[in-house]
Amino acid sequence: MSADFMNASAKTSVIIKRVLAYVFLIILIFICLFPFYILMINSTRSHPDIQKGFSFLPGRSLIFNIRNLMSNDQLPVVRGILNSLFISSCVAVLSTYFSGMTAFGIHAYRFRLRKAAYLFILLIMMVPTQVSALGFIRLMSDFKLMDTFIPLIIPSIAAPIVVFFMKQYMESSLPVEIVEASRIDGANEFYTFNRIVIPILKPAIAVQAIFSFVSSWNNYFLPALIIESPRRKTLPILIAQLRSADFLKFDLGQVYMLIAISIFPVMIVYFFLSKFIVRGVALGSVKG
Amino acid sequence: MASKSETFRKHKSVSYAKWGYIFITPFFLTYCIFSLIPLVSTFYNSFFENYRVGLEQIGPKFIGFENYLEVFRQGDIIKYFYNTVFIWLVGFIPQIIISLLLAVLFTDLSLKLRTSVFKSIIYMPNLIMASAFSMLFFALFSDNGPVNNMLVSMGMKEGYRFFANVGSTRGLIALMNFLMWFGNTTILLMAGIMGIDTSIIESAQMDGASSPRIFRKITLPLIRPILVYVLITSMIGGIQMFDVPQILTNGKGNPDRTSMTLIMYLNKHLYSKNFGMAGAVSVLLFIITAILSGCVFLMVYRGKIGTGGLKK
Repeated sequence: MSADFMNASAKTSVIIKRVLAYVFLIILIFICLFPFYILMINSTRSHPDIQKGFSFLPGRSLIFNIRNLMSNDQLPVVRGILNSLFISSCVAVLSTYFSGMTAFGIHAYRFRLRKAAYLFILLIMMVPTQVSALGFIRLMSDFKLMDTFIPLIIPSIAAPIVVFFMKQYMESSLPVEIVEASRIDGANEFYTFNRIVIPILKPAIAVQAIFSFVSSWNNYFLPALIIESPRRKTLPILIAQLRSADFLKFDLGQVYMLIAISIFPVMIVYFFLSKFIVRGVALGSVKG
Repeated sequence: MASKSETFRKHKSVSYAKWGYIFITPFFLTYCIFSLIPLVSTFYNSFFENYRVGLEQIGPKFIGFENYLEVFRQGDIIKYFYNTVFIWLVGFIPQIIISLLLAVLFTDLSLKLRTSVFKSIIYMPNLIMASAFSMLFFALFSDNGPVNNMLVSMGMKEGYRFFANVGSTRGLIALMNFLMWFGNTTILLMAGIMGIDTSIIESAQMDGASSPRIFRKITLPLIRPILVYVLITSMIGGIQMFDVPQILTNGKGNPDRTSMTLIMYLNKHLYSKNFGMAGAVSVLLFIITAILSGCVFLMVYRGKIGTGGLKK
């Protein structure tokens, strides 16, 4: 807008500012990505190579490391990946579906406890799960559910932050008239929710499904207290196990490989969807 | 429900109210069973002596506030509280400064920066598994790790023992927290800055205000709600700090428990089945987080935070 006033010196100052901004950004990006670069390089190198010192070029032991790690008896990695995938997928589905349902109940119907219910959800949104972990573990052992996946999956039906996000989304894109129109067409309320509301919520569901999946995939605190038997362990527990084993005696190629397996799939999926996710963060504004 | 169609009026008929309850029931039922009852049970347990010595089970026996007194008598909790706050601050201060700077740069249209790539990259560490990230840092900074190799090849006589020194261990935890959260904070602050009415800034520019002055006098006061929100949510997250220091120090908080956090302390009691003490620590943590959550609740409730980051 100030093009008319812009003289030569102002133009140079903008250019200098741009250059400085890019230098600053590139330094930050370097700090962000460098650890992952070393991870990538070292997961392709064998144990003796890694011990010899650092190299900026990848080695040739990628397949060798994968095969060693997969056949390691101490670390049931394949099981770990499958367990993590299974739990995280269930959590993503349950938390988005039921949060959508809860938000819809509050958004579309007028009932006496409507406001109180929403206030309650807002109030508990930020309370961390760790503070009730003691009671949770005791309850789960009373239910004989210790060392099963149920305590890691079912509680995700009540995800206050996801409900909040869904509610926000509905306020901007789900007019109550749509529900009324569907009623006039004779649809029952569940049908309306499943066939009309869910498709409208798709963008919000996608973003929240990704966040729920990732936070369950990364979760370490509760699974470590619930799961005991090796064949039910998830990836974060295996990483902790690797850490508590005598690190230096271990094959470093395998160590880097396990870290890479835990990190890179999420990273690759993220870079395909990043624009979408970043927009979701800005829109939701609240994230756990 | 189709039979009720005769009562259909312009406003929704009362008969639909029950569907509201039906739709919110799964949430509240699950919440009660898996969160509310455990929370009450945690409070209850904190008043009982209940632990194990070897194979012998002591308690449960009602002892009132004795567990709480014991927690403070041992004094460790003060130390761990200090550790947690210290590490959080060392990560948070650079985080808020750099995020503010980035948010201002990204929203300054005259600079014509290609922001979307940068935003994507700086947000990425937030989605990384914290335990794997921490394990990676442990491998990178271990005594014979790549970082020490580089230091030696750059001319240092011998490597630096990062995990034997208090400052470097805490510093690395703070660095990881910083890397994981500054992208998120940047995006939130950007949403706040973009919510400001551009005509205010334009008229200030017309009046000849310099950009640092505009930032201090206009931008900063207008995004204050979002700054407070970021501060409080970061505090709540800071109190929950666990995965990173737990994996990095193998649960020991080395050196000499200087990087032991509150949740690591809780985890230790839970793991050793010392339920009385674990209960007391949980209740204390609940009180702190409840106060902080209350602040977030008020902000959301008053409509200061919501869609688009900032509501007018």
